[in-house]
Amino acid sequence: MIDGFLALYIFMLAAFTGYEIIARVPVILHTPLMSGSNFIHGIVLVGAMIALGHAQTPFEMTIGFIGVLLGAGNAAGGYVVTERMLEMFKASKPNAGKEAK
Amino acid sequence: MAWLPVVIKACYFLAALLFILGLKRMSSPRSARGGIVWAGVGMLVAVLATFALPDMQNRGLILAAVLIGVSAAWWSGRRVVMTAMPQMVALYNGMGGGAAAAIGAAELFSYAGKSVTLLDGGQFTANGVDTPSAAQLVLAVLGALIGSVSFSGSLIAFAKLQGWLDRRFVFPGQRVVNLLVLAAAVVLGGMIASGQLTMPLIVAFFVLALLFGLMMTLPIGGADMPVVISLYNAFTGLAVAFEGFVLQNEAMIIAGTVVGAAGTLLTQLMAKAMNRSIGNVLFGSFGAAGGAAQAIAGAQKPIEASDAAVMMAYAERVVIVPGYGMAVAQAQHKVWEFAKLLIERGVKVKFAIHPVAGRMPGHMNVLLAEAGVPYDLIADMDDINPEFPQTDVALVIGANDVVNPLAKTDPASPIYGMPILDVSAARQVIVVKRGKGTGFAGIENALFYADNARMLYGDGQAAASELVAALKTLDG
Repeated sequence: MIDGFLALYIFMLAAFTGYEIIARVPVILHTPLMSGSNFIHGIVLVGAMIALGHAQTPFEMTIGFIGVLLGAGNAAGGYVVTERMLEMFKASKPNAGKEAK
Repeated sequence: MAWLPVVIKACYFLAALLFILGLKRMSSPRSARGGIVWAGVGMLVAVLATFALPDMQNRGLILAAVLIGVSAAWWSGRRVVMTAMPQMVALYNGMGGGAAAAIGAAELFSYAGKSVTLLDGGQFTANGVDTPSAAQLVLAVLGALIGSVSFSGSLIAFAKLQGWLDRRFVFPGQRVVNLLVLAAAVVLGGMIASGQLTMPLIVAFFVLALLFGLMMTLPIGGADMPVVISLYNAFTGLAVAFEGFVLQNEAMIIAGTVVGAAGTLLTQLMAKAMNRSIGNVLFGSFGAAGGAAQAIAGAQKPIEASDAAVMMAYAERVVIVPGYGMAVAQAQHKVWEFAKLLIERGVKVKFAIHPVAGRMPGHMNVLLAEAGVPYDLIADMDDINPEFPQTDVALVIGANDVVNPLAKTDPASPIYGMPILDVSAARQVIVVKRGKGTGFAGIENALFYADNARMLYGDGQAAASELVAALKTLDG
């Protein structure tokens, strides 16, 4: 069981982590990065699976099923789109690039 | 099976670690490609571990939903053209928000029917719903609210970018109505969180939350969509983190919070690039400022592609300013071909990119990268603006609002104060544009009427092809 304060600590540290990672990103990566973080919150799929896995009534199952469907779409779609964008960065000359400042 | 819960916990830990490392790698061009793969592995590990949770039922249903969702999204994500990426991100993001809302709904409804919450008390109940703590209840409601707003809001953003909804819906007193809807949703949420877990209350709460997402997004103009999508991305992250706490799932809490924070910062960076605050984007009167849309004196002066090509062929410095029009016309390859021909002739060519050109920040960079334009020919706004006075020809392809001088001169203009690319400082400006209409923000552009501006009417792809052909005949 994660109690309130432990959760607060996790929130705080994770928030700093996210903030720091983005802080020094070159503009050219903003779109892929937005897409990449969009993929990462696809972890919601796990939660939706748990919700459906605990559903008892047909009504709850329906909600859970929709949740899993949407979560799976978030994860898979986010991955494909991000990967396709980043693929193109790999294709262009890496040496000519301006790295992160 | 005492080891199984530990293994599953370890898998979630591994997933969270891989997400953070992956995101870190994605923030540098060289390692970016690997970053998404790392994060992908993390996701796979987390999903497989969840299947193995001991007290899961409905495994068949879960598998079916995962397979359908994954294959549909995979198929659409593979098929979509690069130019449509922004709305796809909006769509997938909306799905994530919807999923978070669905988790909240499932939890709240299961609390509502008290009789069904008794679980066999294994020490590892990932879904400890038997007695929801006050904090869990509050966060379930908050996550559901934010997730619902992100869901319906993202869908509207998707529809707008897709061109299904091409106008803003504005009416007097809209802001007040929106605030009332939000206030009502919050009040209902508060009642639910304080223990009034009745069916009608929960349903009404979700209806209002979804409605608020719709109404909040409808009045926002297309030019602001990048900021909005980024904001909803952060929203979804936050909703996922909250629902993660409700389900006592560490991977969700960490991944969601990281995205929430990263997305918030990204949103700020974007809004800053437009010289606006996030609040101004959401509740401001962009484009709705009704009044004095200044009439612009003068006429647009057309130019033929062959003349334009000659002008640039004998120029010393040419700066190409791409915008959404280039993306729509899929003209990036032709434009790069044209630029290469110019470079062969000894012309110094650069690409100037406004931070919010296109529909997402970095949208143009992605397209130019796709066409094979090297990074070092691409300049940011701050670097290129001092160079325009020494530039012979600025070639504007499908960009409009980001080069509109009214942003600097006309306080009545809705985009007043937004930093722009100073193309009008160049000796000659050639604007490739489909017609005489206004841009996505629906604002007249004084640049098109400037003395040194010539209009090359036509679709970006066709115009670029004509330019290439004209340049080739020039060389004989």
